[in-house]
Amino acid sequence: MNESITVTINGTAYTHDVEPRLLLIHYLREVVGLTGPHIGCETSLCGACTVELNGKAVKSCSMFAIQANGAKILTVEGMAADGKLHKIQEAFWNEHGLQCGFCTPGMIMVTKQILERNPNPNEQEIRHGLDGNLCRCTGYQHIVNAVKAAARAAGA
Amino acid sequence: MIPQRFEYSAPKTLDEALGLLAEGAKPLAGGMSLIPMMKLRLAAPEHLVDLGRIKDLSYIREQGGSIHIGATATHHDVESSALLRGKCPLLAETASHIGDVQVRNMGTIGGSVAHADPSADYPAALQALEAKLVLKGVKSERTVSAEEFFVDTFTTALEPGEIVREVIVPVDGDGTGTSYQKVLQPASGFAIVGIAARVRKSGEKITLVRIGVTGLANRAFRATAAEKSLEGKTGSAAEVQAAAAVVAQGVEANSDLHASADYRKHLAVVYAVKALNAALSRIA
Repeated sequence: MNESITVTINGTAYTHDVEPRLLLIHYLREVVGLTGPHIGCETSLCGACTVELNGKAVKSCSMFAIQANGAKILTVEGMAADGKLHKIQEAFWNEHGLQCGFCTPGMIMVTKQILERNPNPNEQEIRHGLDGNLCRCTGYQHIVNAVKAAARAAGA
Repeated sequence: MIPQRFEYSAPKTLDEALGLLAEGAKPLAGGMSLIPMMKLRLAAPEHLVDLGRIKDLSYIREQGGSIHIGATATHHDVESSALLRGKCPLLAETASHIGDVQVRNMGTIGGSVAHADPSADYPAALQALEAKLVLKGVKSERTVSAEEFFVDTFTTALEPGEIVREVIVPVDGDGTGTSYQKVLQPASGFAIVGIAARVRKSGEKITLVRIGVTGLANRAFRATAAEKSLEGKTGSAAEVQAAAAVVAQGVEANSDLHASADYRKHLAVVYAVKALNAALSRIA
């Protein structure tokens, strides 16, 4: 049986009838039409589907949309404001923190969480924080550099 | 990967949830184990009761010389709790080793222990801490030790309709040092072997040793022979080595493509040395 949910995504409220088994990632991509969060492994290992739910980075392939009823969600589409990239996005651009770009939305969302909890992480803390996000281009060094640059930009 | 259809309830009170569970529904906590299993259709519950909306079930508070942790406290809540970091750092340290940032944001202590994965991190710490678990059903509430709770692989002392309501860990006073050391399976982050060590000294003498082992066998257990071997000693390198050497003695070790039984036993000895030495070095 479908149930009605209301979620606020990137500042806009949406109400939809959903099947309880609908995963949040499928809801975001197929119902709401936000294709920034990606489906990578679909087994909660790769992190490409990472979004922010009530201020916490979560893997949207491993929760049901109905669990998010009433929540505030931020996807990578909500990071830029007024036509200007977020400082984290700028840092990924400047540091070449992406190659093919598939993992990037998840990397950016988890970076936001890392820096909110620890504004000046050292390299080990950054790598520990990125543990749940895989880059199959293996461009980790530039991603770590991008997180460092984003931390510097936020402190500036 | 779409799970089978199910009915969903999200009660606001524990009593309401327990009522539904008594009728055969399955509890959903953080979902970090259950939802992947449902997607693979290894699990297909007909009715899910989401515990995430129950008020006041994610507390971490000190009470009567112990710390009580509500079922839906997340791993992030545990790793970042100032109370636990100060007074039961072993549990906070262990939580920081679970999964990744996103998994720790969603996964809960109650869900993790109820799942009883033989490679999970918490059970090692809970054994070393001699933790207690409060199990609640619609008409019952009972408290069991970690030793009684972890029965076998994916099998606990929970009866149908019961949930882990809270986990109780001791306040570790002065003179105690702890450490959790883990060899992880790089893809999943689960422990191939994980050792939680808790050591207390009075003067130069070791007065208490608790060693919890996960990943090695069908269930997390306490390495009591190793504990006994170190009690009353000073904790010299040779004594630590001798204690660690018997950590895996008599254990029927797990074997899979990541590590054979013999290799796991070897890792258990090496990581017991690491964990014991780290714990000894942290005694304040």
